[in-house]
Amino acid sequence: MGVRTWIGSWPVYRQFTGDDPLGRGAAAKSAGSERIKARVSTADKVVKSVCPYCAVGCGQDVYVQDGKVTQIEGDPDSPVSRGRLCPKGSASLQLTTGSAREYRVLYRRPHGTEWEPLDLDTAMDMIADRVIEARRQGWQQEEDGVRVRRTLGLASLGGATLDNEENYLIKKLFTALGAVQIENQARI
Amino acid sequence: MAECHPVGFQWVMEAKARGAKLVHVDPRFTRTSAVADAHVPLRAGSDIAFLGGIVNYVLQNEKYFRDYVVAYTNAPMILSEDFRDTEDLDGVFSGFDPEKRVYDHTTWRYAGMNVQSAAGERDMQWDERAPAVSEAGRGEAHGSGGAAIGEGTPERDLTLEHPRCVFQVLKRHYSRYTPEMVERICGVSQDRFREVCELIAENSGPDRTTAFAYAVGWTQHTVGVQYIRTAAILQSLLGNIGRPGGGILALRGHASIQGSTDIPTLFNLLPGYIPMPHAHTNENLDAFVQAESAEKGFWGNMRSYIVSLLKAYWGDAATQDNDFCFDYLPRLTGSHSTYETVMAQINGLCKGYFLMGENPAVGSANAKLQRLGMANLDWLVVRDFSLIESATWWKDGPEIETGEMRTEDIGTEVFFMPAATHTEKDGSFTNTQRMLQWHHQAVEPAGEARSELWFMYHLGRIIREKLAASTEEMDRPLLDLAWDYPTQGRLDEPDAEAVLAEINGRDADGNPLSSYTQLKDDGSTSCGCWIYCGCYADGVNQPARRKPGSEQSWVAPEWGWAWPMNRRVLYNRASADPDGNPWSERKALVWWDADKGKWTGHDVPDFVADRPPDYQPPDDATGPDALAGDDPFIMQADGKAWLYVPAGLTDGPLPAHYEPQESPFTNALYGQQRNPVRHLLPPHPDDRFAPSDGAPGADVFPFVATTYRLTEHHTAGGMSRWQPYLAELQPEFFCEVSPELAAERDLEHGGWATIVSPRNVVEARVLVTDRMAPLTVDGLTLHQVGLPYHWGPNGYSRGDAANELLHLALDPNTHIQEAKALAVDIRPGRRPRGRDAAALVREYRERAGITADTGTEL
Repeated sequence: MGVRTWIGSWPVYRQFTGDDPLGRGAAAKSAGSERIKARVSTADKVVKSVCPYCAVGCGQDVYVQDGKVTQIEGDPDSPVSRGRLCPKGSASLQLTTGSAREYRVLYRRPHGTEWEPLDLDTAMDMIADRVIEARRQGWQQEEDGVRVRRTLGLASLGGATLDNEENYLIKKLFTALGAVQIENQARI
Repeated sequence: MAECHPVGFQWVMEAKARGAKLVHVDPRFTRTSAVADAHVPLRAGSDIAFLGGIVNYVLQNEKYFRDYVVAYTNAPMILSEDFRDTEDLDGVFSGFDPEKRVYDHTTWRYAGMNVQSAAGERDMQWDERAPAVSEAGRGEAHGSGGAAIGEGTPERDLTLEHPRCVFQVLKRHYSRYTPEMVERICGVSQDRFREVCELIAENSGPDRTTAFAYAVGWTQHTVGVQYIRTAAILQSLLGNIGRPGGGILALRGHASIQGSTDIPTLFNLLPGYIPMPHAHTNENLDAFVQAESAEKGFWGNMRSYIVSLLKAYWGDAATQDNDFCFDYLPRLTGSHSTYETVMAQINGLCKGYFLMGENPAVGSANAKLQRLGMANLDWLVVRDFSLIESATWWKDGPEIETGEMRTEDIGTEVFFMPAATHTEKDGSFTNTQRMLQWHHQAVEPAGEARSELWFMYHLGRIIREKLAASTEEMDRPLLDLAWDYPTQGRLDEPDAEAVLAEINGRDADGNPLSSYTQLKDDGSTSCGCWIYCGCYADGVNQPARRKPGSEQSWVAPEWGWAWPMNRRVLYNRASADPDGNPWSERKALVWWDADKGKWTGHDVPDFVADRPPDYQPPDDATGPDALAGDDPFIMQADGKAWLYVPAGLTDGPLPAHYEPQESPFTNALYGQQRNPVRHLLPPHPDDRFAPSDGAPGADVFPFVATTYRLTEHHTAGGMSRWQPYLAELQPEFFCEVSPELAAERDLEHGGWATIVSPRNVVEARVLVTDRMAPLTVDGLTLHQVGLPYHWGPNGYSRGDAANELLHLALDPNTHIQEAKALAVDIRPGRRPRGRDAAALVREYRERAGITADTGTEL
């Protein structure tokens, strides 16, 4: 490295001689920081998404590399949010990929003191059986002599954090089952 | 707004940079207050007095937008001679039945209208079932338009002078909501109050508009709907509805809470705000439509909407001959809201419970009751990302610690099912401005995590397979259900876009519809949610449209899709004058193009596209055909904005100030202390109320507590307390108190406080701050305690749940709990542990003389 190069790599020199007099941009970069690449720059793809927290609906860009989500940032194209995310939206990467997420079905038997493992297919089958039974147990064909054709044996709560398509299937299936105690956060 | 919807707040700051004035009315000082032109702290629970005071100012000082009011509101309508106001009856309206605690709406109608329909009985007027229908959250079934008002033509006085016209009734109703009264009830000085009145009035009219933004805390009162109604009256008087920069904007708190109301996972609604049918003798589709549709406006086409929905649900099985399977719909006989469901669990009626992305063990009012309900179930399915409190209460919930429950005694079988995140599935959210936006799957969910779309589809598939051989009548709706969705990939994930296409609807040939005006009542169209019809127009996923905001107009119509028909400002016909011209160039949005013979403008006109402004319908016209060219409010049964609500609300045609369920003050305006028809659940030993002012023991709970959110957490914390960044920013539960209250109660900044209500006790770190200023209310100093409600015992950021303190007195229209104003005591130090915790609450109840009847009086 020649002297001129050495001096030229000194941030203060560049701050006074270059076009970055405040030293907040190019002048502040070192050879080391030049080599650092944003993790989004090597992403295989960018998937368009929407922040899952509040109802403002900020746009998100989801960066994917090697089949994994590597970063989530605000979408500058969004006329709602113009690229901004709040602290919660900015923590979406931890929400989606953090170590606190569970990936296995867990089962607590009646009066049990601990969780037990249970495979997904078995769990689905057991839940279906329980729905059928609770539905029958709580079935009302009539109340006070008037036809109601419903069950009060089971209930559901949730939907405000879910997709419209999911809410549609929840309401459709439970209505066909005759379940009326179907609610979500909008009540609360 | 800066606190809870910070990115949306950037637009408020843009407006401020362009000269807008920002007023923040809130008991606490927040990041919004910090940048507002005025912060007005008021007593939690007194908003109707405050807003009613502004209405009174506008009327007394003739600040209303007269041309708009005469043409576009129901101000000229003349009321029935039988109507009596709260001014006449000391706080109740005519039609009140103190025994059943319900209103008969008959006297609230317009003069000249028949309430009893010629060819059938309307639900709202059924004497026999009125309490049950009223209980069923019926007031909420108007999310996309007003209630039916009967048949006939309302009498009007366009001079607004008739003593029984809505305008004069309104004027009398609010005449005692003076600045002095506002000061006395709300604790806002008269000068400060007048300043707010002047700011709003000056900023409204042809050239200017004022917007109200409320977080849904407004809904969380025993008079929640009437809070918003008061704002609606004010905004209608000022001409601020249907115009750019105007409106009443609900800042909702979940990504698709609007969507889950439009396509409701709610007991009282079907998609598109069609009410769930109520049980009646001989009720068929015709009787239902007769009872629920309106004579005029787009609710007049309700038969098309419900027939198309039934076709989407039951496909080929739904035919003209079988009433399109209308009988397959289960019937209501009263309320089945989440709070009644909890009671049904405690009583052993409800045995199975699904929780999907919701955490009632800490997130719902009176969290202990929620856990008691879950502890009495046969089985519980929890679908979430992490082990939230609703999944683990049986091993580590508060009642295990206090000894009130033992894990070994709890018979509930619990399934925890890991859920997929938004990045792991396709689907749409509907944001708080009714806009659908599609999120694309980025990666498949790992392990056994699955979407709710997967879970519901496969659960339905398995149940249908198990019951396939059934010949029982009760299984027909299930077996006839149209439940064939294409699946894809390794996980057999249902195609979310196929579900969106079903929601959008199809014509007889299976082609996507583009508008709800195409829906038919003969079974030739299907549509899963009529207000969403058009979201898949031309077979294009409209919510997935993402033309950059910088490349289109300020309305940005090509980003996402807003219901209905991609209209971004509802009722925007009102942005033009009766002749169809913008009220001013500055506030132009849509207008009549006489040359082309159609409405045009920046937004999609929310009106019949080719109906001229001077159009007058023939007398026998019905439905949309009955709308005149100057009836902008096309979902309303009279085409007008309602200053006065002649039908559809359970607790009165005009908002009146009532004290909260628990209040340290006597109602200064009426002899009637509380909302007389507030919805109270059956008494439960863990859901007692504090005595209010004037009753012995009221001084045991002398402070008003209010709950709220922080920027760094999300609702009950299920999506934020497990995130290290957010946990570091807000590590634990705290309460906010003023230096004066801290001195009075020996509370130390950074130390601990114990907060007690008649329901439960919690502990919190103390934040002593001027942000929670004491107020002078009715001549007395009132301290308020601020409680962010994000916490529970699990996750990285932990603490007691503020919702432990809440009671179950609900708004009668919506059955939403009164979370925003309750009575508490606060004392220094940590709460007792073990059995001593329950003993402390008992001691408080005894000292206050609380019984099962306390607070349940009219």
